[in-house]
Amino acid sequence: MLFVIAIAVLVAMALALLRAFLGPTVFDRILAVNSFGTKTVLLIALLAEASGRGDYLDLALLYALLNFIGTVALLRYTEQEPRRQGQP
Amino acid sequence: MMLADVISAGLLGVGAAMLVIGSLGINRFPHFYSRLHAAGVVDTIASGLFLAGLAVHFGPGLVTIKLLLIFIFLLFTSPTACHALARAAYSSGLREPESEDER
Repeated sequence: MLFVIAIAVLVAMALALLRAFLGPTVFDRILAVNSFGTKTVLLIALLAEASGRGDYLDLALLYALLNFIGTVALLRYTEQEPRRQGQP
Repeated sequence: MMLADVISAGLLGVGAAMLVIGSLGINRFPHFYSRLHAAGVVDTIASGLFLAGLAVHFGPGLVTIKLLLIFIFLLFTSPTACHALARAAYSSGLREPESEDER
């Protein structure tokens, strides 16, 4: 049962990564990376259950923090670019 | 004990299915703001279901408190990140296409 759920999460991560590669605008890529990070948190939490070690949840919490900080930092970087009219 | 396992498996299964559906939405929707809708809404709910399923499996204790912390943090940061993303995209000049052709 846990194996099937882990496979489903990995498929969802692969699809998010596909959008990160294909994405036409930079915001599509940031969105895909943010979604990928959320799914990584869930996968680490699932690994904590599968291996029976609750310590792994600390890693999941830290990864959730880093994911949010990274997304906001990337967005600050894009907002400081000079604006291009109508061209994403 | 069996009932807890069934509830946990059900919550995890629904959460994983919603994750896959949300990722399909990221790939299938035509332009950026609809993709943002697919990703942002589904991720929050699916992570809630997922962590609830894990909490039911582990039972009360320190681990459940950690899971609750992760859930509260994701509940606050995931919509915030989506809002910041939409605001940054809008203020940098990205608009929805008028017709279906220029997606």
